[in-house]
Amino acid sequence: MMKKGKVLGIVLLAAFLMATVSFPAWGAEKIKIGVIGPMKYVQGIGHWNGAVMAAEEINANGGIQVGDEKMEIELLKADSNEFLNVTDATNAMERLVTKDKVNFVVGGFRSEAVLAMQDIAMERKVIFIGCGAAHNKLCERVAENYDTYKYWFRMTPTRSTFLARTAFIHMDYVAESLKKALDIPKVKVAVVAEKAIWADPMVSYAEAYIKGKGMEFVGAWRPSPVATDVTAELSAIQRSGAHIIFTVFSSSVGITFARQAGELKIPAAQVGINVEAQKDSFMDATQGMGDYAMTSTTYCRGVESNKNTKAFVEAYYKRFGETPTYTSGTYDAIVYALAPSIEEAGSLDPDKIVDILEDRKYESSTANIVYMKDSQGRHLHDITWGPGYATGIAIEWVDGKMRGVWPYKWKLTPDSPKVTHKGCVPYTIPPWMIEKYKK
Amino acid sequence: MGLIIDIVITGLIGGSTFALLAIGFSLIFGAARIVNLAHTAFYMVAAYCIYVMTQKMGLHPVWGMIIATVLVALLGLISYQLFINPIREHEGAVLIATIALAMVFQEVMSLLFTGTFLSVPALIKGYFVLLGVKVFYQQLITFCAALLVLALLWLVLMKTKLGLALRSTAQDREVANLMGINEARVAMMTMGLSVGLAAFTGAVVVPLTILEPTMWMHPLIMMMAVVVLGGLGSLKGSFIGAYILGFAEALVVFLAPMGSFLKGPVALCIMIVVLLIRPEGLFGVSFEEER
Repeated sequence: MMKKGKVLGIVLLAAFLMATVSFPAWGAEKIKIGVIGPMKYVQGIGHWNGAVMAAEEINANGGIQVGDEKMEIELLKADSNEFLNVTDATNAMERLVTKDKVNFVVGGFRSEAVLAMQDIAMERKVIFIGCGAAHNKLCERVAENYDTYKYWFRMTPTRSTFLARTAFIHMDYVAESLKKALDIPKVKVAVVAEKAIWADPMVSYAEAYIKGKGMEFVGAWRPSPVATDVTAELSAIQRSGAHIIFTVFSSSVGITFARQAGELKIPAAQVGINVEAQKDSFMDATQGMGDYAMTSTTYCRGVESNKNTKAFVEAYYKRFGETPTYTSGTYDAIVYALAPSIEEAGSLDPDKIVDILEDRKYESSTANIVYMKDSQGRHLHDITWGPGYATGIAIEWVDGKMRGVWPYKWKLTPDSPKVTHKGCVPYTIPPWMIEKYKK
Repeated sequence: MGLIIDIVITGLIGGSTFALLAIGFSLIFGAARIVNLAHTAFYMVAAYCIYVMTQKMGLHPVWGMIIATVLVALLGLISYQLFINPIREHEGAVLIATIALAMVFQEVMSLLFTGTFLSVPALIKGYFVLLGVKVFYQQLITFCAALLVLALLWLVLMKTKLGLALRSTAQDREVANLMGINEARVAMMTMGLSVGLAAFTGAVVVPLTILEPTMWMHPLIMMMAVVVLGGLGSLKGSFIGAYILGFAEALVVFLAPMGSFLKGPVALCIMIVVLLIRPEGLFGVSFEEER
């Protein structure tokens, strides 16, 4: 009898354990959102933090109204490890859409990896909102094969051609400042771009653009994205007499370059894209040598791109102790893109949500979002660029602090109105440049 | 003229870093026939140790260097006893075990410090101008350290009993054993010395570089290239090979700026060309010979 009771006890215990393991979602049903990114890196941490803020904010208000019921958000973290291995990224996405059965996915960073992850999400008809990859192809696929790729939307950043266009506008702005302040008749520009696919078109276009603007192109240097010493490149650039160094960096070489250029006091203004310079940790990473580096970015404390920016940036800073970067756009993806669209659709049906989202016009934490169509009128699910829409901002490091310097009295065309984002201040020329060139 | 000066100075500095790494790697291979693919991973661990000691604990960089070198040398000895010594006779297994060890170190650092790019301050901040070229003091320290290490190693090898034991073990392990040299002990001491050198390199070079968990991979490839080019196990070969590849990289950056990312591949091509002409490397022992 004792023995029978013991066996029964074990069976019951096993049944209880199996039940708790197999049915973790007992209770109120939740909206599952997968957050995918390189979680051991700043980019992935940004993805996760933005999503956490969004989920906390929505859940604190009882969740999202889906038809008759309020549903809370449940986040599922997936480490794509995409910097090191694209296969890890596709496996992580596969797990999210098959095992975890998420309703939506936000995140992704490296274009090569996101292209592969996109296919997996699309196959399962899971809405995937990109918050990190800029490659044009990601959205061109929507136009080319709408039925398959319509579940993809871009949130941040703008497409790579717009990123390039904005960075060139920043270069013009700095060139004008140098001309005026230092009386340089013909500004010389060196291009330094890491050897990566996304940077190739920018380098090809840069020479023609620089010459077209009446400046002198002195050469292009292509260090490895993980180069740990660029003193040779800096030596050659200084010898070329460049006044501006147009940078195109997304990896660690951005730190190396800024640190060594600052330490060697290379008399040239750094402007362009330097993803590492977008982070609060930039000054520590460059051992305080990163001053006067200027880069395109999305957020900067004190700069308000629209009425939502300040609240988001300050809340993020309070919660995580750092300024958000553009991968924190997962917040926008959940709060401004998904939640209102789900409520309007009244269901989690991806097709219904796509129909609503692609035509919605809304304000994110940085810009007015309007999804573009291509020249043939086909949906791209890409975000519109330009004054009044998403342009991003530019920051410059001065005295160890990040400050917004663009848009500051910016005019897209001579006839356009001037655009200045609240909190932006004029660009500061490095003092060692003034020392060298001031007549 | 300016361009030549640039190339010479950049080549000397780049070559010094390779030399520091390659000498340690060559030492353990020459003395114990251990191909330690975790060599640059120890260099990475040392770099992180210095980061913790200088940036988190506020120690002076010199103390950070000393403590990191000692700690990592100890880590090397423990790793040797646990993972390498038991399989020493199986060269293939040693290769796999050491690369696995390197991956473990990488993942541990990744867990502890995430993939965030970090840096540490230079021992001496600033730069000086040499023949019109700006040179960091830290680069000068690296160059001097390479020369100093080579000189010290030469003294140890030529003037001490340990050096004598090391050289005789390198020439013939069995005979050295028969002559009363504790070959296993010599191997362990060499491992400690070799890893200590890797740690010292990390300490000297880290202010010039960026810390991240995969920072050991590129130096591993270049170090292997240097060692193969110079001749496996030859310290002199490693030293000269390092400067050849250092100059090759400098030439690429200055003469083909658009291809500066190719400096690594070009250096590796030079290694292949040398091997085609002289398969044993510049100063290595012919493959045909029994060692």
